[in-house]
Amino acid sequence: MVDITFGPPPGDRPDLTNPTAAYIHQTRRKRLYGFILLILFVALIASGFQVAEDRNAGGFLSGLHQIGAFPSEVISEAWRNRANLPALVIQHFPSLIETVNIAAAATLLGGLLGAFLALGSTRHLARFPALTPLFRRTADIMRAIPEIVIALVLIFILGGGPVPAVLAIAFHTAGALGKLFSESAENADLKPVEGLTSTGATWSQQIWLGIIPQVAPNWLSYALLRFEINIRASAILGFVGSGGIGYDLKLAMQWGGGKYDQVVAIFALLFCTIVLVDQLSGYARNRLVKGH
Amino acid sequence: MLKVSSVTRIFGQKAAVDNVSFEIDRAAFVGVIGRSGAGKSTLLRMMNRLTDASSGEISFEGRNVLTLQGAAKRAWQGQCAMIFQQFNLVPRMDVASNVLHGLLNQRSTFATMFNLWSDADITRAMQILDRLGIAEQAPKRAEALSGGQQQRVAIARALMQDPKVILADEPIASLDPMNAQVVMDALRRIHEEDGRMVIANLHTLDTARRYCDRVIGMRDGRVVFDGTPDQLTTGVARDIYGADASFNESATSTAITGPRDAAYADAMLA
Repeated sequence: MVDITFGPPPGDRPDLTNPTAAYIHQTRRKRLYGFILLILFVALIASGFQVAEDRNAGGFLSGLHQIGAFPSEVISEAWRNRANLPALVIQHFPSLIETVNIAAAATLLGGLLGAFLALGSTRHLARFPALTPLFRRTADIMRAIPEIVIALVLIFILGGGPVPAVLAIAFHTAGALGKLFSESAENADLKPVEGLTSTGATWSQQIWLGIIPQVAPNWLSYALLRFEINIRASAILGFVGSGGIGYDLKLAMQWGGGKYDQVVAIFALLFCTIVLVDQLSGYARNRLVKGH
Repeated sequence: MLKVSSVTRIFGQKAAVDNVSFEIDRAAFVGVIGRSGAGKSTLLRMMNRLTDASSGEISFEGRNVLTLQGAAKRAWQGQCAMIFQQFNLVPRMDVASNVLHGLLNQRSTFATMFNLWSDADITRAMQILDRLGIAEQAPKRAEALSGGQQQRVAIARALMQDPKVILADEPIASLDPMNAQVVMDALRRIHEEDGRMVIANLHTLDTARRYCDRVIGMRDGRVVFDGTPDQLTTGVARDIYGADASFNESATSTAITGPRDAAYADAMLA
């Protein structure tokens, strides 16, 4: 009772008249909290690993030595048939174009829609501030649904082919880019907007001149990152029947050995495409930021 | 002690610092003046190795610091503290931590991540803060302080480094006249009491005259004046700033003393 009323005895309390002692006390306490958190973190990771290990069919440590088994099988078979690789790369190139096309069209559509969602859901910028939650939840829902689910539904309705893939990826991309675009628009400097408002500009003029030039490099780099992700997504959608290089990959992989040279050729194509897109996006972004 | 010989820094086509040479033989308080873009900041940044020189040599106690690499370069940066116009503190960390950052050159990343400062280091940091009159601010976040206080925290961080040279890049350019004086007094006191060399870029002539033992004037990357504050007459200042006869330094002077009566105000407003 006395302790509750008067606190701990004076020796246990930091002496506020002596800032050095008070600061050392504070540092020790922070360090103690940090140490406790670290122990908790390690314990949680260890126990979580144990739970996952118990539920696993195999074991992590007992299976670890097999980690290289599949890649080495694929690569050794492809190495034996390495003479076929150039021809296979040429053979699969048209499917790659189709896949990249799906990704590009989907990124463009999704990016435009995402820009509208972003402008509608950004604080301080939205034309109708009351509607920002609506725009935000719409973007949330759009990116919560995986591409493959939308694609399966659309393939059921529209039949197989690139169109359902484009729509499915664009839908997810709009949600994802809407979120990222709105984050970067939120960090934009509002002073130019204030300057434009003071001249009597409309909302769309303010956004077009005050915000878009500021956020363009960021938006472009997010869109190009999304383009890379979409190339992979578009390849995966090939597995469920939307064509492109994913369909070729599925045919090459599904019966196990025998066509691993094709698998390697397709992966090489995908890898080169991703690297190329990355290089191009860096170049485009530099041009936009520095103007040369 | 510090010898700068033919140092040049070229950005694109333009020489920001053009064949600059001078020598400082004792731990003096040196002011560098010149208009914006004269190369003052680039010169200081090259001394601290924040910017690489295109050619030339800066030797401190007989050793060329411009060719240092890796750990040796960081050790030199530890001995040659830098103070910036915009303070360059870590805004979200408390004041004492910011001061302790002066020891980073002697600490491992691991010790830094886990905040493992010894009590002796903390005590020393608090003594430095106390010397600059801001010990009671120690637990506050750096961003919560006023500009003048933040600059004193930056000076405390510099002192924590126990440097041989303190470089101050426009230390008072973003401060009001009162805080500017507090900060300049602090720098002067450090110079006199600890015998550390201070090289400060200054943008006001009256500050240069009042605090410096020696003034170096730069224009378009070259040294155009090197002498004592007494030699820094209005005519010399006009040459340094490339100004014509209409240049009147009292028009923009921030000195609180001076002819600031009603008649002067009327004259200035007329």
